[in-house]
Amino acid sequence: MITFTTTQIWLVIAGLGLGSYLLRLSFLGIIGNRELPEWVLRHLRYTAVAVMPGMITPLILFPQATGGTLDATRMGAAAATIAISLWTRNTTLTIFGGAAVLFALHFSLS
Amino acid sequence: MPLSLTRDFWQGFRDGTPFILVIVPFGAVFGVVATEAGLDLAQVMGFSVLVIAGAAQFVAVQMMLDNAPVLIVIAASLAVNLRMAMYSAALVPHLGKISWWRRGLVSYFILDQTYAASVLQYEQNPAMTSAQKRSYYFGVAVVICPVWYLATWGGAVLGTAVPAGLPIDFAVPITFLALIVPALRTPAHIVAALVSILGVLVFAFLPFNLGLLIAAVLAMMAGAEVERRIRARAA
Repeated sequence: MITFTTTQIWLVIAGLGLGSYLLRLSFLGIIGNRELPEWVLRHLRYTAVAVMPGMITPLILFPQATGGTLDATRMGAAAATIAISLWTRNTTLTIFGGAAVLFALHFSLS
Repeated sequence: MPLSLTRDFWQGFRDGTPFILVIVPFGAVFGVVATEAGLDLAQVMGFSVLVIAGAAQFVAVQMMLDNAPVLIVIAASLAVNLRMAMYSAALVPHLGKISWWRRGLVSYFILDQTYAASVLQYEQNPAMTSAQKRSYYFGVAVVICPVWYLATWGGAVLGTAVPAGLPIDFAVPITFLALIVPALRTPAHIVAALVSILGVLVFAFLPFNLGLLIAAVLAMMAGAEVERRIRARAA
């Protein structure tokens, strides 16, 4: 159980909420409609592919739900999701297809 | 709203809908975990409405359970959210020209899903105007964020209605893969993704998710450098 006082809990919520908003507002708010130099734009074009693969790599290789060990269900679902994405080129179909494979493997392997 | 903008809004709404599949279990689990940790309903909802960032919320609750000092809880959870500043920068070329109050609103809704889905759409449709991009973004946000609040509320009030043992943790990687794979359009994008994966494994020993930030910066530099070299060769 959390033993923080009510005030301390709300301090965390308010501090984290305000800090998160300021992080999100940072560049959009300050730079706004000023032109960015080409080299900065060149780096920013890769933000999504630079952050998201790194975020999910540990989730795929060392899932907490299995105590951090490789797991055939999750590896298979990840491989199938990539294949469906390359094949259909459609984000919606990929998400539903990947989820279907995940649950199919879960119930057939366990 | 002019008809063309309405169309972009609904396009965003439709493209955002499949993310409900990941937002619902993620939000519900936060509601359950935070309630079991001893937070009341207002506090649980305070997290999901004011912080609106799943991973950072989980870190904060875990550190409060570990009895860390208030400032350390805030700092460590904010470190998890530093990537939001990168998303903010990456949205400037697309949404920097809209009015200041709309940028303020866009900022509140910056999430992995709203950012990635929007940028994917912008890159695949370079002819989109600033106003169209804005409408699309809000379309995605309007479908995702209320579901996040509702799912949190459901988890907090209904408790563990989700059967244990289901691999719902994996909804996050699946939706992210669905966003990343189509974004790997050029050798530079592929190199950036590979550096991101390698970097996160190499720097896995760093605390507070800092390894991810270092990996992301290195990956952006790698992508930009590959692009520069390919252009120099073509010129």
